[in-house]
Amino acid sequence: MPTYDSVFYSRLLTETTLAFHIIFATIGVGVPVMIMLAELAGIKRKDPYYSLLARRWARGFVITVAIGVVTGTAIGLQLSLLWPKFMEIAGQAIALPLFLETFAFFIEAIFLGIYLYTWERLKPMHHLLLLVPVVIGSSASAFFITTVNAFMNTPQGFTLKDGLITNVQPILAMFNPSMPTKVAHVLSSSYMTSAFILAAIAAYSLLKKKGDTLYAKKALKLTVTAGLVFSITTALIGDLSAKFLAQNQPEKLAAAEWHFETTTNAPLILGGILTDNNEIKYALKIPYALSILAGGTPGSEVKGLNDIPEDLRPPLYVHYFFDAMVAIGMFAIVVGLIHMWYSRKKSRKPYPKWLLWLIVVSGPLSMLGIQCGWFYAEVGRQPWILRGYMKVADAATTAQNVDKMLLLFCLLYLVLALTAVKVLSNLFKKNDGADELMALGIFAGRTKE
Amino acid sequence: MSLELIGITVLWIFLYGYVIVASIDFGAGFFSYYSVITMKKHIIHKIIDRYLSPVWEVTNVFLVFFYIGMVGFFPETARYYGTALLIPGSIAIVLLAVRGAYYAFSNYGSKDNKWYMLLYGATGLLIPATLSTVLTISEGGIITEQNNFISLDWQKLFGSFYTWSVVLLSLVSVLYISAMFLSFYAFRAKDLPAFKILRGYALFWSCPTIIASILVFFTINQQNPDHFQNMLNLGWMFGVSLLCFIIAVYFLWKQIKLGIAFIFVLLQFAFAFFGYGRAHLPYILYPYITIHENFTNQTMGTALVIAFIAGIVILLPSLYLLMRLFLFDADYVQGKLIKKGD
Repeated sequence: MPTYDSVFYSRLLTETTLAFHIIFATIGVGVPVMIMLAELAGIKRKDPYYSLLARRWARGFVITVAIGVVTGTAIGLQLSLLWPKFMEIAGQAIALPLFLETFAFFIEAIFLGIYLYTWERLKPMHHLLLLVPVVIGSSASAFFITTVNAFMNTPQGFTLKDGLITNVQPILAMFNPSMPTKVAHVLSSSYMTSAFILAAIAAYSLLKKKGDTLYAKKALKLTVTAGLVFSITTALIGDLSAKFLAQNQPEKLAAAEWHFETTTNAPLILGGILTDNNEIKYALKIPYALSILAGGTPGSEVKGLNDIPEDLRPPLYVHYFFDAMVAIGMFAIVVGLIHMWYSRKKSRKPYPKWLLWLIVVSGPLSMLGIQCGWFYAEVGRQPWILRGYMKVADAATTAQNVDKMLLLFCLLYLVLALTAVKVLSNLFKKNDGADELMALGIFAGRTKE
Repeated sequence: MSLELIGITVLWIFLYGYVIVASIDFGAGFFSYYSVITMKKHIIHKIIDRYLSPVWEVTNVFLVFFYIGMVGFFPETARYYGTALLIPGSIAIVLLAVRGAYYAFSNYGSKDNKWYMLLYGATGLLIPATLSTVLTISEGGIITEQNNFISLDWQKLFGSFYTWSVVLLSLVSVLYISAMFLSFYAFRAKDLPAFKILRGYALFWSCPTIIASILVFFTINQQNPDHFQNMLNLGWMFGVSLLCFIIAVYFLWKQIKLGIAFIFVLLQFAFAFFGYGRAHLPYILYPYITIHENFTNQTMGTALVIAFIAGIVILLPSLYLLMRLFLFDADYVQGKLIKKGD
């Protein structure tokens, strides 16, 4: 069967593109918020350090936006190339959010262009206001595109019979049951990850004692504080998502937790491995925790995998993604709390090296958490592309050569990633923070006179 | 006007918008690189950079908008074009990605890196050539459907004389549109040395553009006689297009009214593009997809049109602001507002 291979390679290619895109998309959604916070702090406190922070972040941000834009275009077009039958249905049912997403993207693109080239042309406050449409645009496009993904998990607002779609209600399709938790989780985790990535950069430069440490310290405090707030929000929304899954997509939660028998008082399983005959080894069991996670009380019944037909169960390896995501989220909160404890007393400064290293690690880890979360969400929906309506195997292209295209795109992403790293590091080596502070007439907290 | 006609008109306007802004962008990338290898970079590079830097991201959105709108209004295009265009589509994506990314790398990151400039200059010429083959495909005979199996006939695609004339037209018109725009921009910037060079480029590329246009007009008869007949019926539009071309080139030659000259370039392509598009109707993919039979359901169609109107209400003022700041602001255009470091 020629179709079979296409399905496998189409999945692989889509995964590769999305995994690559999501790195830049996350930064694209979160970093404008951080730039805005820094610029606001700069204006309110009349502190040029924060304004410089905003400026330097913005400069690096453009490079990541470029890759975000091109990979976003790639995944958009690939949807039709790899999943033509899905897109035919999507076009009928959820074209509205897709369409609105491009408008949001348009607004973001226009105002980001203006923002980058009007540092000297506008008053600081007016210049800051230009970021409002950028933030709205990037978060709105995340919102719209996530409603599409939510629709794939809990489709509604149409009737599908014999491949024909009728009775379409675009608004209902968009505001489907999993939309609220998904959108909220995506947005807050993007803000959180971006905050920790910027925190990691600040912590790293403190460790290397490069340039003016006051600049890096201010950056660190702003980013870790924001990161802590966003990571707590993310965890709370994550809890709501689990409760949602228990209600609406029990097979996804059960697969994540290797929960086979439908029971009350269900334990939560941390770590461990699964043997061939579905025995769990080396895992840490927390009694009642899954029931509490799923329904709020130990007495809540949690549906087990045995009640799901075997051919409709997601792969069980999603457990590892789920655990990794949750563990990273918890780690970030702990790091944020330790930092808060240290930052509240003068006597506990400067920060110990191990704390700075923890912050450095939390940046890339948060990004890994995003990847794990998405892999869990997406693989956990297998075998469906439209849960309950269309299976992945029926949606893939019938065209050959998907494997060759996979190689082509892997090469592309590799080259883009390497160049981006090179360009970004050159950019910041060339423009040292200390030099820029000097140019602004300040150094080590004092105005140079 | 019926909903499907509104739909296709909206899409066609956005495609036209893409053709114009992308041409300026693609051509500028080429001229930018060309100026480096001919040691004229110091003369024209700044002009190009000043215009392009704030707008490059917007260009891409026009294309995405067209594509999403197409799938939204005419979902079956996703299945036909999607299945058949796996390879050319993927190649186009790679080219777009390389160009977009390396444009940013070379402009915001490693300035003066010749390799980065080569990559974005060269891909800028390959992209229009790749994308324009979709126009050939839409004429029919290249995508075939048998037993529900959709495939692309490569031999027919590359064996067609029409394909090559469209590719040729896309290449030369990109350079022509871009040079015409940049001449106008340089003139506004009162940068006479740059203007002189760019004017030379524009005049140079005007000739092949009009020859290729006429070639495409007549070779369409081979590919799809019905379409050609429809185009003959709309002959006046192509006549007006030719007239606009002559006026534009005349103004440039005389070095007067360069703003108006560029408006005539816009009109030249508008008449040809809309004439071509109108004659193509009702087919989107001959003979499989028409705008009437393959339109999305009425509810979604209405929702999309409403969303479009709402979107335009926000979009137009924003675009206007962008143009005011970077196109119509004399101080900016002349480089008086640029400080080093950004």
